[in-house]
Amino acid sequence: MSFGKFGKVNYVAETKVHDFVKFLEEGKIMGSKCKNCQRIYFPPRADCDCLSGEPEWTQLSGNCKLITYTTLHFAPASFRNDAPYTLGVAQFDEGPTVFAPLSKEIKAEEIKIGMRLKLVPETLPDGKIIYELRVA
Amino acid sequence: MGKVAIVGVGQTKFGKRSDASIREIAFEAFKEAVEDARITRDQIEASIVCSGSHYDKQRTPAGVIVEYLGLNPKPTYNVDAVCASSGVGVRNAYALINSGLHDIVAVIGFQKMTELRSDEIQEVMGRSGDVMWESPFGPTMPAYFATYANAHMHTYGTTEEQLAKVAVKNHFYATKNPKAMFQKEITVEEVMKSRPIATPLKQYDCCANSDGAAVLILAGEEEAKKMTDTPIWIAGLGLASSPMSLTGRGLSLTSFTCGVEAAKQAYQMAGITPKDVDVAEVHDCFTITEIINYEDLGFCERGQGGKFAQEEQTYLGGKIPVNVDGGLLAKGHPVGATGASQIRSLVHQLRGEAGQTQVKDAKIGLAHNLGGIGMYCAVTILRR
Repeated sequence: MSFGKFGKVNYVAETKVHDFVKFLEEGKIMGSKCKNCQRIYFPPRADCDCLSGEPEWTQLSGNCKLITYTTLHFAPASFRNDAPYTLGVAQFDEGPTVFAPLSKEIKAEEIKIGMRLKLVPETLPDGKIIYELRVA
Repeated sequence: MGKVAIVGVGQTKFGKRSDASIREIAFEAFKEAVEDARITRDQIEASIVCSGSHYDKQRTPAGVIVEYLGLNPKPTYNVDAVCASSGVGVRNAYALINSGLHDIVAVIGFQKMTELRSDEIQEVMGRSGDVMWESPFGPTMPAYFATYANAHMHTYGTTEEQLAKVAVKNHFYATKNPKAMFQKEITVEEVMKSRPIATPLKQYDCCANSDGAAVLILAGEEEAKKMTDTPIWIAGLGLASSPMSLTGRGLSLTSFTCGVEAAKQAYQMAGITPKDVDVAEVHDCFTITEIINYEDLGFCERGQGGKFAQEEQTYLGGKIPVNVDGGLLAKGHPVGATGASQIRSLVHQLRGEAGQTQVKDAKIGLAHNLGGIGMYCAVTILRR
């Protein structure tokens, strides 16, 4: 199983957390939780900051709150046809934060810091898989 | 530790340099620095060559640059901390001199950002952040700083007009710096009407890709005193790092924690407080960055950076003149050269050679050089 399916453009195909993609395909947003110190990470990590950790998968609700965002009118080459698009940082109810695109269904004037959102998996027409923030 | 001084400075004109290669722009700045220090090239015992290597066609550019400058067979070191490369280079030179390995060291910062084709720059730009978890969604350099701008505006009520004031100031002072890329004043209205890049940042909120080089010659105390009557001493150094990913930075995206930490180290080493700084060069890759830097460096209270800009407290005659050489926004930001260029401007200030933009009787200068999307920060405090 390769991580190469993750993202509109993928730069990292090999990782110990490649199962993240399998879970996304099952509709699940997974973080990692350290068996030793109980810390929850998103994005998931194969190694805990406490060094002695042994992370295991833990499902996140996807429910979150927008912390900040920006709408890009000028994009990297591979994203030129997508612009304008909005990227944001949101905090999950479980604590960690996520950097993700906001669904194009959310109108610009509706975007407000503090708004409730939900992170959901999204399969792209070319078979790649991502997640995006939608209105909760 | 012994004292280390800056005894020579040089810089090319910043801007699009379609007339010259990287070795040639490095030579221009090097020649000026050697002449300024009134030394012979043979006295230089080592060089530190600084660039953001993702912009270089030449692999390991110290090789060709040191050859072209005639510095073989002396040792050379390549430093890459992206936009903070030559700020970090200065720290390395300080350490080499204090270790006793070398007495005189040249820090050579350069970048030819326009060497890459625009599609190549676009590709590089798409990999500015964490390529595993962030680049797959198409962020850019302006986008990262724009997320800070929106968070700062939301948290503290900072306005787009306050951001624009920073661009207006830096373009104003660039017209007084013959080596600056832009030579035309702009208005708040022009900034507000410029095309959107990553909201709320518009074209004039962003620095432009630029070519250029800047060179500093550093010497230990004994050598420095022999060489010049006006050595500019390195009084404090700070260097710190922050998480590269936005998700690693916690919930408050309104401050660059590496900037706060580097400033704390540098103030402590110099034994001064922010109030003692007479003139500063801070990393204004975007207008919001300069505003946050005022706060991170303690020039104003947390959250008051926008107001500080609006009140023109960072103009000559204000509380603390900042980027009166035009800053990155208007002088230009050839990534690897920026840290050395900031220090060159401060050296001129502390020697009393800053001409029209001279801060009266400046004794202490501070340079703040941020790397990449805010993951490295070098702060250097100079004293005359």
